[in-house]
Amino acid sequence: MKQFLEGSWAFADAAKLCRPGVISAYPITPQTHIVEHLAQFVANGELNAQTINVESEHSAASVVLGSQACGVRSFTCTSSQGLMLMAEVVFNIAGMRMPILMICANRALSAPINIWNDQQDSVSLRDSGWIQMYAENNQEAVDLVIAGYKIGEKPRVMLPVMVCVDGFILTHGMEVVDMPTQEEVDQFLPPYNPPYKLDVEKPLSLGLLGGPDVYIETRYAIQKTMEDVLTILPEVGDEFKKKFGRESVRLIEEYRLDDAEVALVAMGSVCGTIKDVIDELRQKGQKVGLLKIVTYRPFPEAAVNKALAKVPYVGVVDKNISLGATGALYTEIKAACSHDKKISGFVMGLGGRDITKNSIESVFSQSKEKVNSCTFVDLHNDLLWEEFRV
Amino acid sequence: MSERGHFEEHCFVSGHTACAGCGQSMAARLVADVAGKNTIVTNATGCLEVFSTLAPQTAWGTPWIHSLFENAAAVASGVEAALIHLGKLDSIRVISQGGDGGTADIGLQALSGMLERGHDILYVCYDNEAYMNTGIQRSGLTPFDAHTTTSPRGTHSSGNPKQKKPLVEICAAHHIPYAATASVGNPRDVQTKVKKALDIRGPKFIQIHVPCPLGWGSEPVDTIKIAKLAVATGLFPLVEYEYGRLLRVTKLPSPKPVEEYLKLQGRFKHLLKNAAELKKVQEVAQKNIEYYGLNSKA
Repeated sequence: MKQFLEGSWAFADAAKLCRPGVISAYPITPQTHIVEHLAQFVANGELNAQTINVESEHSAASVVLGSQACGVRSFTCTSSQGLMLMAEVVFNIAGMRMPILMICANRALSAPINIWNDQQDSVSLRDSGWIQMYAENNQEAVDLVIAGYKIGEKPRVMLPVMVCVDGFILTHGMEVVDMPTQEEVDQFLPPYNPPYKLDVEKPLSLGLLGGPDVYIETRYAIQKTMEDVLTILPEVGDEFKKKFGRESVRLIEEYRLDDAEVALVAMGSVCGTIKDVIDELRQKGQKVGLLKIVTYRPFPEAAVNKALAKVPYVGVVDKNISLGATGALYTEIKAACSHDKKISGFVMGLGGRDITKNSIESVFSQSKEKVNSCTFVDLHNDLLWEEFRV
Repeated sequence: MSERGHFEEHCFVSGHTACAGCGQSMAARLVADVAGKNTIVTNATGCLEVFSTLAPQTAWGTPWIHSLFENAAAVASGVEAALIHLGKLDSIRVISQGGDGGTADIGLQALSGMLERGHDILYVCYDNEAYMNTGIQRSGLTPFDAHTTTSPRGTHSSGNPKQKKPLVEICAAHHIPYAATASVGNPRDVQTKVKKALDIRGPKFIQIHVPCPLGWGSEPVDTIKIAKLAVATGLFPLVEYEYGRLLRVTKLPSPKPVEEYLKLQGRFKHLLKNAAELKKVQEVAQKNIEYYGLNSKA
């Protein structure tokens, strides 16, 4: 049913529809509304779950690790510093092959402390073994949560899933969302039935010490599984489309790329702005397009290569920066494409700096002018040392 | 005995790689055997985890999970929440356990959260008074004047300058139903307290004093003797709190001088010829005796 909802409400509703048995989270802006709504669902008797109000994000992730290990579907969400505090557990959850689902309300990292949006938090944990998907809008986020559990819990996968939603822009934005019914979600998402769990009838030891004789195989197994996810995820996407009629669940989305001379590559809500700019520039006769990365881990290298094969100029929009190198997505797009392609990297929108249509237009034109690996966009020169000014 | 038969008798079995005379391994078995098969154990990183679960082997006959160093209590909270959701908490006990570092230092926040939220979990701290797994570094539970690799004796140092963190009081201050200390030197007392704790619903805490021959510089054969002397001198009082109140202590009608305890351990050998420092350690014991009323008649 179509409803006009705040993002966080919609995400909480989506999580509720997946029937998690244990929810644990710690308050951090801009994630808070999601857990508040879930707590209210439980308080109203609309959701049969244990909500554990922990004393830190480290413990939030640890609680859902413990509950998921008992075979109970679990949910958590966080942002920014919270994700950083969780980082140790985030890696641990993937290594223990626990398909927990987390929503990351993307927010900048301190210092300076900043509660506004960029994607530095989740991008910094790209190596952790979690499947990472980035939502362009609230409908997509809802769909990725529901499909995320299904993908992660497949016995062939058993990996955790992070659904990344831009803080404030999506979490606090009001949009029309087509909410599936409980019946539909129950038909799509079977109850969690893991191949291994903590069970007194069949005692197992989980989380053993893995020395040099076993450790690297555990990493290899996750790497191979990630490769499989590149096939499994679109299959679930097809199932999802059949059931719900939407194409949200996919590796990439190509927008007016067919004949594009210049294409931007981006993740998350900025893709909406880019699509608007593309429509306007196309009306003026400019051949521009967008490659949206929905699934960032596993990285869909072959799909990216194919999608950009005929595009001579590419600009990569990064809402993160690997300081001392370039934006994270830029390096991966560059590695996925042929050497003769002109690929530029643009770092923008950090700490909530608005990405306007003008910024996007300028990035399109810069991508065609000169190749630069790491151009910061829309800097305020008056805040910079003279020698740093652009 | 067959492997299966072995597990039928105990929930924590031999074949692990603990050092000879390891007090922690003895205490862990006492706890596991009292708890029995219908128990799920969460374990902090540390000696116990390392020596009992080197892949692909395990010494545990109950479901057991290790995640990280500081989160055993939080993982246990999740296990308990899952058991409530599954409607199984009536028949399954949850035990969370770690060493002194994993409990009193890096894991204290998660432990406090677990106690405050009232989870039905027994937390067991195996206190061997230093970070033994990483090579005998000082922890918040290292006793006064003990030599460790990060509180070494030297011309300007007589070992650890601080006293043990009052861990059982910190736990008891959460007004939980049960918080106690025990010593591997008194196995029956350990098992009585574990049984008592497991019969209570809600959060419980037991700190078990477990000598570490490697870290303490003692003979493996002396582990039980040393544990008994820690209690007999007043340096490790055995106490029981219920809902924040001190209700019972193991009395010491005639406490032994601390020297008898110290002289068996390399970590204290620098004190034996230092009357002034020896006196300070005796004062620590005396303070304990007075604070807990260990020698009172009542």
